[in-house]
Amino acid sequence: MGGIVSEQSPPQLDSPSVLLEMRDIVKAFPGVVALNHARLTVMKGEVHAIVGQNGAGKSTLTKILNGAYRRDSGTIMFEGREVDFSTPHQAQVGGISTIFQEINLVPFRSVAENIFMGREPRRFGLIDWPRMNRESRDILARFGIKLDVKQPLLNLNVALQQMVAIARAVSFGAKLVIMDEPTSSLDEREVETLFDAIRQLKASGVSVIYISHRLDELHQVGDSITIMRDGHTIEEILLADISKLEIVAKMLGKNIGELSREGTTGFSESKTAIETPPFYVASHVEADPVLSDASIELRKGEILGLSGLLGSGRTELARVLFGADKPDKGSLSLDGNPSPIASPRDAIREGIGYCSEDRKAEGIVPEMSVRENLTLAALPTLAKNGIIDPDEQAKIVDRFVELLSIKTSDVEQPISQLSGGNQQKVLLARWLCLNPRLLLLDEPTRGIDVGAKAEIHHLIETLADEGMSVLMITSEIEEIVEGSNRVTVLRDGRTVAEFDRDQIDQDTIIAAMAEGHDSLPETVEV
Amino acid sequence: MEAGELRQDAVDPSATAYSKVASLWLRGQGVLIALILVFLFGAWRYGDKFTSSFNIWSMLKNNTYFALIALGMTFVIMTAGIDLSVGAVVALSAVTAARLSPHGLWVALAAAIGIGLLVGAINGGLIAVFKVQPFITTLAMLLAARGAALNLSHNASVSVDYASNYKELWKTEIGPVPLPVAIVIVAYILGSITLNLTRFGRHILAIGGNEEAARLAGLPIDRTLFFVYLLSGGLAGLAGALLAAQGNTGSPIAAVGWELTAIAAVVVGGTLLTGGRGSVWTTLVGVVLLGLIFNELNFERGKGIFDLTQYWEEVIRGLFLLIVIILQARLTSTARVTRTM
Amino acid sequence: MASTTPRFTSGSLSLPDLVRKSSQTQRALFALILLSIYNALATTNFLTLATLRVNLTQVATIVIVAVGMTYVIGSGGIDLSVGALMAISGALAPQIFDSQRALLRSEWIGIPLAIVIPILVAGAFGYFNGYLITKFKIQPIIATLVLFLGGRGIAKALSNGNLVEFNKPHFDYLGTGRPFGIPVQVILMIVIVIVAAWALRSTTFGRYVLAIGGNERAAELAGVPVTRVKRQIYVLSGLLAGLAGLIVVAINTSNDPYQVGQDMELDAIAAVAVGGTPFTGGRATVVGTLIGAFFIHQVRYTLISHGVADGTTRMVIAGAILVAVLLQRPKAGWR
Repeated sequence: MGGIVSEQSPPQLDSPSVLLEMRDIVKAFPGVVALNHARLTVMKGEVHAIVGQNGAGKSTLTKILNGAYRRDSGTIMFEGREVDFSTPHQAQVGGISTIFQEINLVPFRSVAENIFMGREPRRFGLIDWPRMNRESRDILARFGIKLDVKQPLLNLNVALQQMVAIARAVSFGAKLVIMDEPTSSLDEREVETLFDAIRQLKASGVSVIYISHRLDELHQVGDSITIMRDGHTIEEILLADISKLEIVAKMLGKNIGELSREGTTGFSESKTAIETPPFYVASHVEADPVLSDASIELRKGEILGLSGLLGSGRTELARVLFGADKPDKGSLSLDGNPSPIASPRDAIREGIGYCSEDRKAEGIVPEMSVRENLTLAALPTLAKNGIIDPDEQAKIVDRFVELLSIKTSDVEQPISQLSGGNQQKVLLARWLCLNPRLLLLDEPTRGIDVGAKAEIHHLIETLADEGMSVLMITSEIEEIVEGSNRVTVLRDGRTVAEFDRDQIDQDTIIAAMAEGHDSLPETVEV
Repeated sequence: MEAGELRQDAVDPSATAYSKVASLWLRGQGVLIALILVFLFGAWRYGDKFTSSFNIWSMLKNNTYFALIALGMTFVIMTAGIDLSVGAVVALSAVTAARLSPHGLWVALAAAIGIGLLVGAINGGLIAVFKVQPFITTLAMLLAARGAALNLSHNASVSVDYASNYKELWKTEIGPVPLPVAIVIVAYILGSITLNLTRFGRHILAIGGNEEAARLAGLPIDRTLFFVYLLSGGLAGLAGALLAAQGNTGSPIAAVGWELTAIAAVVVGGTLLTGGRGSVWTTLVGVVLLGLIFNELNFERGKGIFDLTQYWEEVIRGLFLLIVIILQARLTSTARVTRTM
Repeated sequence: MASTTPRFTSGSLSLPDLVRKSSQTQRALFALILLSIYNALATTNFLTLATLRVNLTQVATIVIVAVGMTYVIGSGGIDLSVGALMAISGALAPQIFDSQRALLRSEWIGIPLAIVIPILVAGAFGYFNGYLITKFKIQPIIATLVLFLGGRGIAKALSNGNLVEFNKPHFDYLGTGRPFGIPVQVILMIVIVIVAAWALRSTTFGRYVLAIGGNERAAELAGVPVTRVKRQIYVLSGLLAGLAGLIVVAINTSNDPYQVGQDMELDAIAAVAVGGTPFTGGRATVVGTLIGAFFIHQVRYTLISHGVADGTTRMVIAGAILVAVLLQRPKAGWR
């Protein structure tokens, strides 16, 4: 599948100012090619953003760079020399440090210890605490941070923990710092602090690779950008020379100005909002740590698209609706009464199903067969006195394997052997065979090929026509635009807008995602 | 730039008495206070007999072997592991010491410690290198060590050679301080230095706290884990040597269930079972605390009010462990909830 | 049972390949058969009915406990308390029967009670384990460690540390009865194995156990009543341990709180490991456990009948367990 290759040439390949060059990187996992001759070029002292949708390959690329993965082929030139790091530690020693999203430090140990972990300064063979503490304080002071370096790391909030991670990178003498979604759990003030730190790094000649979904940040702090899609590097360009809209368009593979409503999905054209009263309502739900004021209404026979950037709380809201998490504040009402749902089991009993976005961690039971994974939620209905009726079970399995065209040589094979797309279909079937009245779908077509996607779209539509209510969480704009009767948009854990089908089109959605909070029409219902 | 702001989410910030006590405990002062209270109670209730130097020194002496295995267990637990073989190693090394006592104190002592190190090395090798889970490794080694003890002793108790100077290990005194107690104090001092002032010690805590982070930081995880179990075995060997010196005998069925006492002391002292956090001295306080409690129970039995047989001691130790485990579980769950991002 | 059949590609029938492609359960069966052949040839009296009966009798208690352990390990947990629960159950039985209540002295009421109550008590302790694990989220190894270390004390306290003679004909039937010439405990063992193996495959409970072991989060989201099932698993383990404790007392016509169930947790865990149920949970084979128990017992028997010292026997068994566990580790190298 060819991608749109940029017309523009990559930035100056002056040898002296190129810090990092990754060329022709290929990496394949069983069943999927994650990187297909990807490229990356980072100059000295610049902040270089990498963007792409989920599955585009950006985290795979950086994992190869920092030593967590081995590439299958390709070359990496760092500081003019070819390098091949086989562990993250090697990369660190070699000058490439990574600040992870989950801040991989040791919470019980002190700030100073975390900064110097593995290289604690010693005197006469014993750890020199005064020196370690002093040097830690000095490094943090360079970023304008003053705090007690002797306290345990877990006393600090996430933003400060991040600073400690940065301090650690600096103490290693890093020339390149990779930051993976660094702002996903920061508030605005903390983001500014981080940006100051990044500018500091830049001033001292350190380059930063900045991976983020938050496009508005990129122009604030970045110099150049690499856009990836489907394992290819699509564009390498200075941020000054490209707009947010163009970035998003390239990420999605769309052409600006050609935004039409041809329909690339399996959803049919005519969709109007359902006007009956909602049967399941969540009001002003607050749930630590993400949701602060989320509201949503679900109607029979309606497909509700839930839209928002990563980290906006979509999954968290779905989990609250499913009883998997308890809200701290807010109310949930089902069929006009306070919702009795306190656990997934309750939700299932009330006819609600939830298809998680992380099928590996929350979906499949890897060693169990396709048949068993498919029927797992339905076992109570397939069993008499606790004994499973194998014929009933087989009937259901056959029916849904056929309905969803699940490709499996034998329903007895362990589900882990199926491709990602087929696994997803089995998980969908798990819920469909319960015939729920509400189906919460979190990224239902992730990892599924185009043809199968269309089948699923069509299926969702049919179910909605028959009266099923569907909550569709998806990062694919076409699905939102073409598939929803109504759209709710979340941002930072709050419901910020609701749109009827007639009010939105692809332009609006892309613009909303691209421009951020400023230009979103504030038709706030809450 | 303003000073860094802190969020005190670490332990539940609500000011309930429960959480105040809890954080006191986690920081090691709680168990010290408990120790003082228990001691005062005993002094009040049992009078001079309790507070006499004879009682105190002999109580301390009787807990020296527990103190040693608890020290080793502290390190193991800090890496989020466990060593269920210590009791068996104590018996094995006691038998070894008794067997070799004719060759004099030094030889017997070295052999006892050596055999402990051997078992520890096997544990460490299997756990660190072959990545077998600690509980099954040490459980199997428990069996193997008991087997070795049976073989070495020909299925009977082995008497320490009457003519040898081995029993001096137990009887010698340095001033008012019995040698075994001095050994324990030295061991704990060394242990504390190791934990606080060597990279090895800090890495132990890092591995237990977040093994993934430790790996990313390039810490020598395999080597560290190996030495931790080696240490535990060696200390158990030393404990066995002391036990043999006390009773003048090495019995292959001795020290059954001593893992319980060791784990209980470590955990009562405030070291988290989940690893990553703890102190050497709180373990010692835990050992002494438990020792005091059972000492007082003896006095209580003498008073004739309670009719607890000695078997209930095991049950009480189990109850202690249970309460402490539950408390720890509740504390760590509140601390963890606020650290999701 | 989830053993995969080996796929022989042409030309790769060399021994290392066979070992690699077979499942642990098959390897254990093979080893068992080999050992049995050796014994048939090299050990006198091995092929007699009496020897067979004695062997089966001894292995029955291990199997009964190990079946419970299979379920526990299949759910991703572990139960270290089974030996202590056996001791408690064994100590309770004579207490109940020999108590002062005349009513209980009667054979019709006292004996059944002496059987039922200890088993239920052991089950209650199992519930206690399950409660600790589910309510306080304590790791199974730590939670069951409490009874592992302190439970035997309860047994000792109940019987005051004494060996208690318990010689009542109807009770002893548990240990020495021979309906149709087959020892009672062997029949119990066979019935329990069959029911457990069937239930694992064909009941919702069995599938829930493996779902929890396979991916607990996914199971929870799929509506599996995780808390309830986990507690039930530990109750089951407790009940079976209680039964096993009674059988031991019946066989020995006495209860020794120091001896009943001693090292049983290790034997049970070993049987499960050798039989091919992985510690990570998600897959389990009751028949494998049966084979594993038989194999370990055979090893012990072979060594003892050839005059090998008790101590050495223990070391060999420890070695066998470690080998089995080592072989079971997941293959590394998934980068």
